[in-house]
Amino acid sequence: MNRALARILLSLAFCAPAAAQDVKKEIERYRQMVSEGSPAELFELEGEALWKKPQGPRQASLEKCDLGLGPGVLKGAYAALPRYFKDADRVMDLETRLLHCMTTLQGRSREEATQRVFGNADRPSEMESLSAYVAAQSRGMKMAPGESHPKEKAAYELGRALYFQRAGSWDFACTSCHGEEGKRIRLQELPVLLKPENARSVAASWPAYRISTSGFVTMQWRMNNCYQQMRMPEPAFGSDTTVALIHFITVTGKGETYQGPGNKR
Amino acid sequence: MQRDFHARGQAGMERVVQDGIQRVCTETHNQPPAELARRLEADQMKTIAFPQASLIGDWKSGERIAQNGRGMQWTDAPGTPNGGSCYNCHQLSPKEISYGTIGPSLAGFGAKRGSGPELQRYVYGKIYNAKAYNLCSQMPRLGYSGTLTEQQIKDLVGLLLDPASPVNQ
Repeated sequence: MNRALARILLSLAFCAPAAAQDVKKEIERYRQMVSEGSPAELFELEGEALWKKPQGPRQASLEKCDLGLGPGVLKGAYAALPRYFKDADRVMDLETRLLHCMTTLQGRSREEATQRVFGNADRPSEMESLSAYVAAQSRGMKMAPGESHPKEKAAYELGRALYFQRAGSWDFACTSCHGEEGKRIRLQELPVLLKPENARSVAASWPAYRISTSGFVTMQWRMNNCYQQMRMPEPAFGSDTTVALIHFITVTGKGETYQGPGNKR
Repeated sequence: MQRDFHARGQAGMERVVQDGIQRVCTETHNQPPAELARRLEADQMKTIAFPQASLIGDWKSGERIAQNGRGMQWTDAPGTPNGGSCYNCHQLSPKEISYGTIGPSLAGFGAKRGSGPELQRYVYGKIYNAKAYNLCSQMPRLGYSGTLTEQQIKDLVGLLLDPASPVNQ
C-alpha cells in the first residue's frame, strides 16, 4: 500500500499542470484502494491494546467503561453517540466519554489525560487509537444519537445556533465554508452539514484515517481545526461547544449505516 | 463561549466577542434588513483608510500574498507577514488549478474592467473592508482586521488590475 501511495504522489508531482479533475480522480482512486485494506485498522489494533491496558493511579483498564449501553459494551455504542449520560449530567460524544472514563475509572487527572489528545503521523494519540477501536465496533449499525432527553435537545439547538455564529478576526461561521452547495476551498469540497443528505456520509465515516497527513483524525480534532482556521481562540477538548456541534451534525446525519473508520483526503 | 474557549498564541479571547455586524449577520442568517444594512455599510466605509498615491502595487508580491493561506491563526507566529488566503475562495491566475469557489472567479478581472482610479479605489476598499460593500459578505475584512498592510493590499490591487499580471493574461 505504501508503494501505491508513493506511485500516486510521484505521478502527482511529475504531471504538475494536470487538470484539477485528474488530481481529484487520482485521490479518489487511492481512497478506494485504501478502503479495501484501510490503515485505520492499525489504529483499531492499537486502540484495542490501550482499551485493555491498566493505566493511571488506579491501574485500571477501560474495559468497564460505560459508553451508554452498559459497562464494557462496545458493540453499537458509537452508533448511539453522542447521548446524555446521567452520571455526568451532560451530553457526551465518544471522546468526551472516554475522557470521563479515564478520570473516573483510571483515576487520571483531566490535565494529564488531555495533555496530548491530537497526535501526528509519527505518534498517534491515545484518544485517536481508542476512538478507532470503539467506532469500529459499530460498523454495519445505523447511526442513532440520543434525541429524547431535554439536554440532548438543548445540545442539538446549541449546535445548530453555533453553526451560524459569526465571530473571530475573519467574521467566520461554519456556514462561511459549509453553507452553500457545491463550494470548494482550493480543491477541497465542502459539505453543507445542515442537510441530511450531506451529513449522513459524514456521520457514517468519522473518525477517519487522513491520507494527506498519514494520521488518524477524530471529530473533536475536526472541530478544533475548523476553529483554528476560523481564526478563533481554541475550544476546550470535550467542551459543550464542540460536543453540541458534533451532536448537531450527527443528528442531522442519523439513520446512515456506520461504515467507518473511513478515509479522508 | 467565554467558558468553552481559551486564548492560544495570537488568538485572544476578544475574538469570541461579536461586533455589531457579526451579531446582525448571525441573527438574520446573513439577510439583514436593507435599511439597516445600508446604515452599517456606511459605518464600515468610514473605517477604510485610502492611501493618497497610486493604489496599484507589485503584482508579483500580490500573487505571493494571494497564495499564502497563513496568518492570524493560533498556530501562526505573530510578527511574520500574513497571507490573504485569496486562492482559498477565488480563481485568480488561470495558471493556478487549485483554487476555491466560495467567492466569484476573478480571472481576467482587470482585462474586463480596466484599471482606472475609481476601480482601483473599489478594489482597495473591498479588500480592506468587504463589509462596507456587502454587509454580510463571507469575505474577511483584511485591512480592518489588521491581517494585511496597506502595501500588501496595494500589491493585491496590482495582481487584479495590472495589465501585466497573470490574472489578466
